[in-house]
Formats: sequence, C-alpha cells, structure tokens
Amino acid sequence: GAWAKVAAQQALTQDQLLEFDTFGNVSIIHVTDIHAQMMPIYFREPEINIGVGSNKGHVPHLTGADFRKAYGVGEGTPAQYALTYEDFSSLAKSYGKVGGLDRVSTIINSIRADRPDALLLDGGDTWHGSLTCYKTEGQDMVNVMNALKPDAMTFHWEFTLGSERVNEIVEGLPFAALGQNIFDAEWDEPAELFKPYKFFERGGVKVAVIGQAFPYMPIANPRWMFPEYSFGIRDENMQEMVDEVRAAGAECVVCLSHNGFDVDKKMASRVKGIDVILSGHTHDALPEPVLIEKTYIVASGSNGKFVSRIDLDIRNGKMMGIKHKLIPVFSDVIAPDPVITKLIDEQRAPYKKELEEVIGKSDSLLYRRGNFSGTWDDLICEALIEEREADISMSPGVRWGPSILPGQDITREDLFNVTSMSYGEAYRTKMTGEFIHVILEDVADNIFNPDPYYQQGGDMVRTGGLNFTCDISKPQGKRISDLTLTKTGEKIEASKEYWVAGWASVNEGTEGPQIWDVVESFIRKKGTVSVSGESNVKVVGV
Amino acid sequence: VVAASMVSLPAFASTVEEDIKTLIGGAEVKEGGIDLSAPEIAENGNTVPVEVDAEGAESITLFAAGNPTPAVATFKFGPLSPSQSASTRIRLAKTQDVVAIAKMKDGSFRRASTTVKVTIGGCGG
Amino acid sequence: MAKGVKPRVKVPKKAEAGESITIKSLISHKMESGQRKGKDGKLIPRSIINRFTCDFNGQNVIDVTIEPAVSTNPYFQFEAKVPEAGEFHFTWYDDDGSVYEAKKKIKIA
Ligand SMILES: [Mn+2]
Ligand SMILES: [Mn+2]
Repeated sequence: GAWAKVAAQQALTQDQLLEFDTFGNVSIIHVTDIHAQMMPIYFREPEINIGVGSNKGHVPHLTGADFRKAYGVGEGTPAQYALTYEDFSSLAKSYGKVGGLDRVSTIINSIRADRPDALLLDGGDTWHGSLTCYKTEGQDMVNVMNALKPDAMTFHWEFTLGSERVNEIVEGLPFAALGQNIFDAEWDEPAELFKPYKFFERGGVKVAVIGQAFPYMPIANPRWMFPEYSFGIRDENMQEMVDEVRAAGAECVVCLSHNGFDVDKKMASRVKGIDVILSGHTHDALPEPVLIEKTYIVASGSNGKFVSRIDLDIRNGKMMGIKHKLIPVFSDVIAPDPVITKLIDEQRAPYKKELEEVIGKSDSLLYRRGNFSGTWDDLICEALIEEREADISMSPGVRWGPSILPGQDITREDLFNVTSMSYGEAYRTKMTGEFIHVILEDVADNIFNPDPYYQQGGDMVRTGGLNFTCDISKPQGKRISDLTLTKTGEKIEASKEYWVAGWASVNEGTEGPQIWDVVESFIRKKGTVSVSGESNVKVVGV
Repeated sequence: VVAASMVSLPAFASTVEEDIKTLIGGAEVKEGGIDLSAPEIAENGNTVPVEVDAEGAESITLFAAGNPTPAVATFKFGPLSPSQSASTRIRLAKTQDVVAIAKMKDGSFRRASTTVKVTIGGCGG
Repeated sequence: MAKGVKPRVKVPKKAEAGESITIKSLISHKMESGQRKGKDGKLIPRSIINRFTCDFNGQNVIDVTIEPAVSTNPYFQFEAKVPEAGEFHFTWYDDDGSVYEAKKKIKIA
C-alpha cells in the first residue's frame, strides 16, 4: 500500500541497495528459482530448516535470530525482513513487497552500467509457478527473461512442461542452455540440445560457465514427462568438464548449479578447480558466499526476491579476490524498468480478469516454507480433506510459493502461485496405514539422509488429518512413529485402509480435479480463512 | 507425492547367498580386483544402470540381492574382449545391494557390492 | 515372433589395428518377466531375451546370459578389440525361439 511505500523509502533508498564498489575484472549477476514470479510479492523465509550430518548448525540451516546473529543483522531491520521469518507480518507492512522482474531489470541495468559485460546467469526453476506461466506453457517467462538478456541458464521445473515443449523453447533460446548432467537416457550420452559449458570472454578473462541441472528430476518430478532424459549428479563428468575447460584456457570456472546447497557443498569438496558455484534449488538466501576448499558457493534466494552480484578479480588464470552482494529486491524502493513493466503487462493482459478475481480473504499469514509445515499447505490439506471427503491428505513439500499477509484478499493469481504445475490433479485413493508410513519414511530420507547426495532438496510431505512423530536422527524406516488420526486421536493401523486425498502425484494417468480448483472451491465456501499454524508433526532428534 | 508403483516381481524364491554358493562351489572369494558402479539413487527402479569391470575375469555374474529372484545376468568374455568390463540396465524391486561375482582365469572369485536406493519419489522442491 | 523387436548397435566406422573400441547395443523388447499379473489376475507368461552375443570375424567378444531382472529394451555396453578389418555380428535369442541379428562392418584406419 501507499504508506508502506513511504515507510520503506524513509529507511531505504535505491542507491543504498545498489551501492557496490566495482571490483576486479569480471562481474556476474545471479538470479535463480524465480518460479515465474514476474510481479512483486511477499515471501516469508522459513522458521524450520534443519541441517543433518556435517551440515547441522551451518548455513543455510540457520533461521531467525540464529541467522541474524551469524550475519550481524539487527532486529527490526530491512535485512531481518528480507532474510528471516521473524515478525514478518508487521515488517511486511513497513517494507512492502519484494521482487518483480521490472525491478530486477533495474538492478541488472545498474550493474551493467558499472560493468557493461557483466554475465547474467539464471539458475532455473524459471518457467514454472504462476497462472500465466501455466496457461502459456512458460512462454510469458521466456518472453520476459529474454528481454533481460541472460547469458546462460540451467534447469529443473522447466522439464515438467514436457520434453517436447522444453525442446521447442530451448531450440529458440538466444542464450546458452547448460547442463553437463543432462544425458540422453537411451544411449547414456550427453544430450545434444544441452551443452555442458560455454566460454565467455569478459574483462579480458576467459570464463567458462558449466551447467548443472537438478540431478533428481526423474525422481522428484514425473519422469514420464521427459522420458528421453537422464540426469544424476555425475561429479566425475563434472571433474572432466572442469579439466577440459581449464585445458582449453579457462582462467575462471563458474558452475551454474541447480543441485541444492548441501549437494553443492559436497560437490565442491569432490570436484577440484571450480572457482564459484552459483547455487539454486533449495531457495536459500545467504548474504555471504560459503567457502569450501577453494570454491565459493553463492545462494541467491527465490521468487525474484534477490539478485546476487559477484565481482571477481582474475589474474593469470587464478582467482585473486571476490566481492559479493545479495541485493534484496524491495519493490517499493527500486524503481521498475518501464520497458519490462510494459512487457510484463502484455503477458498478463489476456488473463487479467482471471488473475485479479478475489476468491476470499485470509485472517492469517499464509506461507509455504518450513521443513514440516506451512500455513498455505495447512489450508491446502484442509481443503483436500473437505472437498475430496478424505480421512488424510497429503501436499508435496515444494519450496516455491509467495506469502499472503493477514487481512489480505486471496486472488486466483495467489492460488496459482502456490499450486500451479502441469500435474496438479488432486487424486483420491485408498491407502493402507502401512503404505502411508512407507511414504513418510521415504520422503523423510530424501530430506534428512545425512549424506547430501541422497537429499533431493524439498521439504517434508505435508499431511492433513494425520499426526506423527519424526526423529530426524534415525535411519530410514525408523524416523516416523506414533501415527494417529488428528480428529479422533485413533492410532493408524498398518493393515487398515484410509481414504487419502493429495496432489502432484508423479504417476502417469493420475485423475482428479486440479488442485487450484479444489482450494478455490474450499475458500469460496469459507469466505475468510484462518489457519492456526499449529504443527501436527512432533519433531525429535534435532 | 504418492507412489510410483514398484517393479512387480514374485514371492520369495531364493537368496543371493545360496545363488552365489551354487556359482562358486567351495572356492574362496576375495574382495578387490573388481569394480562395480551403480547410482546412489535410481532415477527409475525399472532401469538402473550398472557397470562392472574385473581385469582378468573369465566371466562376471550380477545379482540383485533384494529381488525375489536375485540372478540378473552373466557376462562371459571372449578372446576379443580387451577389458572384461560391461554395462547394462537392471530392475530393482526396492532399495538393495547389487552384487557382482567375477570368476577369474586362475579359478579364484572376486566379489563387489554396492547399495542402490529405490525411492517412491515425488514431492520435489 | 514377438512384435516390434528392433535391434540397434553403435559401432565406430573405423579403428586402428589392435585398438579397443566401445560398442553399445539396444534391442526394443518388453522383457516380460513371467512374474507380473495381468488385468485378469493371472501371471503373464515369461517372454524375454535370454542371451546376447557379439562376435567379430567368427571370434567371440562377449556372451551374455540374461535373466528377467534385465530391464525392458535390454542395453549392453562393452569393449571389443579390433585386430583387423571385418564385421561384428550381434545375436539376440528370444524365449519364443526367435533370433534377432545385426551386423556392422569396421575398417582399419
Ligand atoms: Mn526452485
Ligand atoms: Mn528446483
């Protein structure tokens, strides 16, 4: 609102946000995990983000006050608002929305004014996550991103458009589509359409950018949508690529990665010769790079909320220095680039009425992020139980989706922002208690396995109607216990069958209404929704 | 979330240790001298890439220890095989060990194994 | 004879005398394990490729015994020594008695 703008402008200026003493000879701009958020939004960072094994207690697994302490962030500051969950609703009123690709464009333009040949690298999860992106099969985002003139990109959710559509877009991209780990599944050879790396001559330095797509695509997302492709971490091949570009004269090696932060840390300890990893997928926003041996890892947040600027001093094929700034995109402070505003408006125009239709109102803060729950998912799980007449509901632990402040209207656009996908069918099926337990154990191991190479970077599947205890310190098969029905407190019996409603099944041929229609119907009946935020999961062994 | 259906294979038939005993008779099995590689996590339990390599082997037999029928394949190397290595793709019913036994030209046997996780998947971020 | 069975192989067109080359082979085949139940609840009879061989000028490179745990569209990758110019001969043996063949010539560079 207007007074939010005033408050933000009193505390912050565009010049402050963009201030940077140009350093060295190469500049890199990193954006990642935009999830089709072209417009300013609210985005609350997680309260619960547990690290396991050697990552316990290390960033990005610090939240709230611990995070602020680690980086010297003061209470009530704009940085607290941007980087933590604390006091979110009230700080949001002071500092307003974040993101908007027209604001991102202003930041990019300002960096290019300092250093005209700055590299712009997009970490992927770009062509997914909104109503317009869903309806245009990614074209809206392709049009807007192309106007920002990136130099290279890597991929994850893009593949859920289906390989035919991905191939069609990639063939026409005016920049490099990279992924050293994107292979042809049939012959186990590098996929022709996606190159492993590209060379750029910047500031007199030969820079190689190597792409690393999301390694677990066929596991985390429906593999039947892109059967020709195989992924994996393939760190031996990554080492070969690094050696190959170094042998070909690369003085600086940058990895544009969609591994997730902990996977990137492990990869950095195993692959030698990468100067900088630009990390994506786990949606972490870190104010400083993390150094693993000789590799700096940069994490630039999600949903268009941040832009990272990284300046490097490269001399005689060696990195002599690095300077980094995580720039929060305060949308009331950073002036929109009118060229991009116009382009965004054009993408939205055909869907304007649909986007803006108010479905209902929220009394509570609705957010997604957290290892075990978020109020958006509580709402979705409740809607699934009510609308699909189920005992138990399940919602995938995805990390995308903006927040809604208490008192805010919920529009159809807001609903799509937290549910949009190409496999959104809300199924209804009978499952035995044993199978429900198996699912929870399986997903928990994909998050809390102490070896990062077994972590897929999502959060725990959210459940409605079901309470359980999760001991994250235990091995697979032993983490989940005390499953009970929330309503009655009755124990879940292994052999008994329960009606389960859920969405985002990776199985081909899943049937049901689209999840956004299910949630819309539920909210319309309620008028105003409120969610307590009380968790139905007891977490132990932290 | 929910449930990619796992490979459907029959009820319990034999154990991998019984099969290996049948293969080697009373001979001694040594560790080392054989490499077996497979992904940590299968992208698809129905088609898991596996590679074996044992220099000086006459043949290599692959087993999937957790499948109801563990036998997978035997590679016999002919005179024009320079490296005694081979790759194939196999079905794994669940998370389990893949085992390779190489019969060496000197009559001894070598063994290697590696765990492959087969997950239900879904729920990605 | 099973329907739609199509063998494919990747062999370099030439090699140096005595060189080791990599060969990849694929055959489209459903590899019915004999352990799956059909819609009627009855077991679908086993029908797999049970053996694959590769020979060069009459000498054997590899001979593979295959069980139902090998995936649909059996894939094999292996190395072969090329002592002279000649022809690779690939053979797949089906449970139903069918034999599928492919041949690839290689020159000496
Ligand atoms: Mn993402
Ligand atoms: Mn991702």
